[in-house]
Amino acid sequence: MTEIAIRVEGLRKRYRIGERERYTALRDVLGNALKAPWRMLRGKNGGASNGKPDHIWALDGVSLEIHHGEAVGLIGRNGAGKTTLLKILSRITKPTEGRAEIHGRVGSLLEVGTGFHQELTGRENIYLNGAILGMKKAEIDRKFDEMVAFAEVETFLDTPVKHYSSGMYMRLAFAVAAHLEPEILLVDEVLAVGDAAFQKKCLGKMNEVTRAGRTVVFVSHNMSAILNLCSRALLIERGRIAKDGTAQETARAYLESLQAGRSENLLDIKERWGRGRVKFSRVSIEDAQGRALEHAMSAEEIAIVLHYQSQQGQTLQNCRVSVAVEDLFGQIFFVCSTEMVSNEPRNLPPRGAVRCVIPRLPLSQGRYNLTLFIEVNREIEDWLPSATPLQVVDGDFFGSGRQYPEGWEGKGVLVPHRWEIEKGTGVGGQGSGI
Amino acid sequence: MPTLTQTKAGPENLSAAVPMVVIQSPRGWFDLDFAEMWAYRELLYFFVWRDIKVRYKQTVIGAGWAILQPFATMVVFSLFFGKLAKLPPAGIPYPIFFYCALLPWTYFAGALSGATSTVVENQRLITKVYFPRILLPLASVISGLVDFAIAFVLLIAMAFYYGMVPTAAALLLPAFLLLAILTALAAGLWLSALNAIYRDVRYVMPFLVQFWMFASPVAYPSTLVPERWRWIYGLNPMAGVIEGFRWAITGQGQAPGALIFVSAGVVIVLLIGGLIYFRRMESTVADVV
Repeated sequence: MTEIAIRVEGLRKRYRIGERERYTALRDVLGNALKAPWRMLRGKNGGASNGKPDHIWALDGVSLEIHHGEAVGLIGRNGAGKTTLLKILSRITKPTEGRAEIHGRVGSLLEVGTGFHQELTGRENIYLNGAILGMKKAEIDRKFDEMVAFAEVETFLDTPVKHYSSGMYMRLAFAVAAHLEPEILLVDEVLAVGDAAFQKKCLGKMNEVTRAGRTVVFVSHNMSAILNLCSRALLIERGRIAKDGTAQETARAYLESLQAGRSENLLDIKERWGRGRVKFSRVSIEDAQGRALEHAMSAEEIAIVLHYQSQQGQTLQNCRVSVAVEDLFGQIFFVCSTEMVSNEPRNLPPRGAVRCVIPRLPLSQGRYNLTLFIEVNREIEDWLPSATPLQVVDGDFFGSGRQYPEGWEGKGVLVPHRWEIEKGTGVGGQGSGI
Repeated sequence: MPTLTQTKAGPENLSAAVPMVVIQSPRGWFDLDFAEMWAYRELLYFFVWRDIKVRYKQTVIGAGWAILQPFATMVVFSLFFGKLAKLPPAGIPYPIFFYCALLPWTYFAGALSGATSTVVENQRLITKVYFPRILLPLASVISGLVDFAIAFVLLIAMAFYYGMVPTAAALLLPAFLLLAILTALAAGLWLSALNAIYRDVRYVMPFLVQFWMFASPVAYPSTLVPERWRWIYGLNPMAGVIEGFRWAITGQGQAPGALIFVSAGVVIVLLIGGLIYFRRMESTVADVV
C-alpha cells in the first residue's frame, strides 16, 4: 500500500481566456497583426484591451502524492481546476509547468460513450469504445457477455446505436466503461448523467471498483458520492490544493468555503473603477422570504441584495444601479439595471441596500460572477467587475423535471419556451407538401 | 518497452515492470515515440475498421462508389481529352492511360481529404481520451487503401479487355503505392494540424486538391513538360507516383528515373517536417481544437 501511484510536482496550466471556447481563424491572426500597431500607439493597455489579464492559471502549483489502492476525491467549485488536473493526469493536455509521474496503467473516464459512432451497432461500438478506452481486443472478447448483460441490451446488439433510446445508449456506454480494469482509474463527473436508478447502478459499480483495491481519482460535486467512495479528498481552489484530508474533513471545508465566499467584504477589492464616493460593501443572495442562500436555485425567486455605503451623509440623487451576470471568463449573459425597468429617477439613502428581485432565475447549474455598477448623477461611483460569485444549482425550470445537460453548448441562460406543431403539414394534409 | 499487462493488478504484482509515464510540458523539438505507437496498434486497427465500416453506410451502391468514381472520371477524360482535345497518342489505349493515373490519384485525394479533417472530426475524442493523435491521420490514409484495392480490380479487368500482359515493371507497383501513401500522410499531417488551429484549411482543401491534380500528370502525360525541366516537375511527389504507376502497369515508355528520386526526396522531407509539426500541435490540440 505504500507504493506511489501518482506523484505530481508543481503542476501549472495556463489557458488563454477564450481558448477553450473558440478556434482561431486565420482572419483573427491577420486582424490582430493589423491591430497590433494601434495597441502600441494606445500605450499601456497593451495585451488586453479591457485591462484584464488575457490568461488564467487553471492550475497554479499543484503537488500531491497518491498511493496505490487509494480512492481520492477531488472537490471544488466549477472552474477551480479539478477537470484540468484530471485531463493532465490522463495526458489529454500537457501542463505548462511542472511534472507528474504515473506508475501503472491508467484508464480515464471523462465522459461515458466517448467515441461511440451513431452508425455502428451496439456490438461494434462495444469494441470501438473499449479500444478507445484502452482495452485490448482479447480483453473485450473476454468481458463482452458481461458488458452486454450489464447494459441489458441483448436484443438490440446488432442495431445501430442511433436507434437506441437515450437510456439504452447510456447503459451501454457505462457498461463498457465499467469493465475497464486499469491499475489507476481517473473519473470525472460521469454520475451526473442519467436517471436516479442508473446513477445508483453506476455508484454501485464504482464502489466495487474501489473495494477491489484499485487506485481511483474521482471528481464530483456530489458530496454523498465522495463520502461513500473515497477515503481521502482534496479541495481544489483557484488551481491550488486548499485542503488535503479525509473525505469528511475536506467536504466540510468545501461547504464552509462556499459560505465564506458569500460574506466577502467587497470594500477590500482593489480592482474597481469610479469616483468611489459610494462603494459596494457586500452582496448577499436571498430567497423570496428574505432568507440568505448559499446557492440560488433555477426557477426560484431570488433577490440579489447589494449593500453600499457612501462617505457623505446626503441622499444620493438620480442613481442608476445594475448587476451583470457573467460566466467565469467574463462573458456577460444579462444585465439587470434600474433604468431598464423604470423611468422614474431613483434617489437612495446614503447607506443601505438595494434588492434586485429576479422572479424566476433563468440560470442552469454552475458558477457565475456578478459585476456591480452604481452611478450617481451621471457619474460612475463604483464599478466592480466580476466582484462576487453566484452559485446556482439546478431546479425544475421547464417544469419537465429535465435539466440542461452538462456539456451542451449554450449552458448558462435558460429561456422559457414551448413547441407547437403546425397543422396541415403532415402526410395526410391537403397536399401542401414540404 | 514496458508491457501493458492485462492481468488484474493487485498491489502484489506491481513490481518493477509497472509502466511509468512522466507527464510534463512539451520539450525538445522531436520526441516521436515509436514504441508508444506500437503499443497502440490495436487502436489504430479499430480506427481503420471504423472508417471502413462507416464509409458506405446508408448508400445504395455501397463500395461500388470506390469503382464508380475513378471509372466515371476515366470515361469523361477519355472522351474530352482523348477524343476531343486530341492529346498526343500515348501508345496505349486512352482508358488505360487515364485509369492508371486516376487509380493513385483518387486514392491520394481521398486519403488527403480524410486525413485533413480527421483531427477536427474527432475533436470530441481528443478532448476526452488520450491516445497518440497521429493514429487519426494514419488511419485515414490506411483505410483509403480498401477503396484502392476495389478500384484496382477494375484495372485488372481492363487489362484483360485490352489484352495487356504485365511486365516485370509491375513488381515495382507496391513501391509507387508506398510513395503515394507517404505523400498523403505527409501532406495530411501538415494540413490536419493546421486545420485543428485554423479552420480556413477546410475551405482551402477543395481548391488545393484540384490545383494539385492539374499539377500532376493525371489528364496529360508528363512528356508534355520539356525534358530539361522534368526533374523539377518531380518536386510534386504525385508526378512521380503517377508516372511510376503508368510505367509499372503498362510496361511501356521509359522508367521515370530522376523524377522518382526527386519525388521520394521531397516526400521524406515533407514527412519529417509533418511529423515534427504534428507532434508540436499534439501537446496543445485538446485546448484549441
